[in-house]
Amino acid sequence: MKCSVPNGVNTSAHIGWCPGCGHGIIARLVAEAAQALGIEDRIIMVEDVACGEFAQNVLQFNSIGAAHGRPIITAAGAKRVRPDAIVIAHPGDGSAYSIGMESTIHCALRNENILALVVNNSVFGMTGGQMSPTSLPNMKTTSSPHGRDVTKNGNIFDAMKVLSQLDIAYLARGSVESPAQVIKTGKMIQKALEKQMNNEGFCLVEVLSPCPTNWNLTPQEALEFMKEQEKYFQLGEFVDKGGK
Amino acid sequence: MAKVLMKGNEAFAEACIRAGCRFFSGYPITPQTEILEYMSWRMEEVGGQFVQTESEVAGINMLFGAACCGARALTTSAGPGFSLKQEGISYLCGNDIPAVIADVMRIGSGLGDIFQGQGDYWQLTRGGGHGDYRTIVLAPASVQENADLAYLSFDLAEKYRHPVLVGSDAAIGQMVEPVELPEMREYDMNSHDWAIAPRKQGEEQKVIWNTYYTIGADTYMDYLKDKYRTIEENEQRWESVQTEDAEIVLVAYGISSRVSKAAVKQARAKGIKLGLIRPITLWPFPKKAFEQLGSQVKGFLCVEMSILGQMCDDVILATGNKHPVESYGEFANVPSEEVILEKVQQMLKQD
Repeated sequence: MKCSVPNGVNTSAHIGWCPGCGHGIIARLVAEAAQALGIEDRIIMVEDVACGEFAQNVLQFNSIGAAHGRPIITAAGAKRVRPDAIVIAHPGDGSAYSIGMESTIHCALRNENILALVVNNSVFGMTGGQMSPTSLPNMKTTSSPHGRDVTKNGNIFDAMKVLSQLDIAYLARGSVESPAQVIKTGKMIQKALEKQMNNEGFCLVEVLSPCPTNWNLTPQEALEFMKEQEKYFQLGEFVDKGGK
Repeated sequence: MAKVLMKGNEAFAEACIRAGCRFFSGYPITPQTEILEYMSWRMEEVGGQFVQTESEVAGINMLFGAACCGARALTTSAGPGFSLKQEGISYLCGNDIPAVIADVMRIGSGLGDIFQGQGDYWQLTRGGGHGDYRTIVLAPASVQENADLAYLSFDLAEKYRHPVLVGSDAAIGQMVEPVELPEMREYDMNSHDWAIAPRKQGEEQKVIWNTYYTIGADTYMDYLKDKYRTIEENEQRWESVQTEDAEIVLVAYGISSRVSKAAVKQARAKGIKLGLIRPITLWPFPKKAFEQLGSQVKGFLCVEMSILGQMCDDVILATGNKHPVESYGEFANVPSEEVILEKVQQMLKQD
């Protein structure tokens, strides 16, 4: 079997992600999609201040480090003045659906021509595994030690249900829980980037990703837990529009 | 070029366009809204980007993206909205990104009110956001200066790779005066090697993030000290009015400086040796203006629309506390010439 590394991945970089984390797979999928489309030089990654920012170490694309919760709106600003660039915002679930929610919705409403690639691991990872808007009901986190009580903390946020009501170009949810899902997720990312190249508008791809460290599970157990995650977060394509 | 009659806020907006600003993102708030409204049609005419964002936080963070790509980018606000900009201003400083942010000041903390005020002096000059930073702060005192300083602000921002704040107020923003607008300039957003753009063949990866990550903590300390020292040395701006023989020197900026200038005229007619230092840069504070004063000076009176007399601290620092520094602070009303003269006469009696 031949192993190949896509262009744009720095294999000797210090990475920083924990063993069993899904971020590395997602970064590779971005690089593979960029290579397939031949757009490595056009990409601008806009990173959050969280686990996702380590992508800056591995992916050798031009990039901007945005404030926490602001990659989507910062990416929209970059795209407005660099329309030839392919701009990817790279927030986590806490960033896109908690502190940055207003801009997630409004960038979708304005149909900003960017890809929001949201990594959903159901916790605030970098700060040590606190509850996020996508933590599962009864899920124990460091800020919900008795489990997420939906009567106190609200129900989980499902971006697909909300954003599918809006007039955007593409909306999909993938997962890195199995090789089959990884392949499907790669296709979603590539499709979203093609849509941006065709100026079709706002694309959001959410990817379910394991966080063994903060879930207090082994990498293998974390993959099992992702099946629980998938019960709440349906996989698939929710909006897929043709050109404008 | 012929003079035209314009509102301060609109002259500011037009001068930004003529300086090459092609990106605006902001949110409506009185008394800055005319800038946003003007940009909504003018930006389109010149092929730039105008976005009325969902909030001020979105406005400043969208500007951050555009500015990182080398565009001349502007956001404007006032009072409560300017507080929301602070996160982004701190990021612009942390990442060494030029941009222009205007605060058309109104009165009070919290909601306050929409009248002219100068209570944001500390927020403007001390760094209203987190971390170890200051920003260049320009303070226009007329519609003409609103246009001139808008034009200058983008050059200063790029010279130092640093945000520049323009602190005007409701009076300067809303008044109508004749103004000679600057020439339309071409600006090339590809003229900076640090700016993020699609890569050319063989070009290295460019990353914009906190400068301290890039150069390391020890180097960063020297780098930052040197950057601020250079700005402080090069960019002090002020206007001195009859200070050569002045015994009492008024210190006032923006709307308060206009009244103070009139008070100097009145005082001189009465034989009182009164002068005025009008800071045009609030940071760096024009210390050099005070170094040039003669030994006849007996005291300073700060005239500002701030109950707490926020600028007094800077005058004390600039003068080494050698002479009394008094404060005449107003809140809802513009300072009056009569009160200035009364206070000056009291100071001369005490001497």
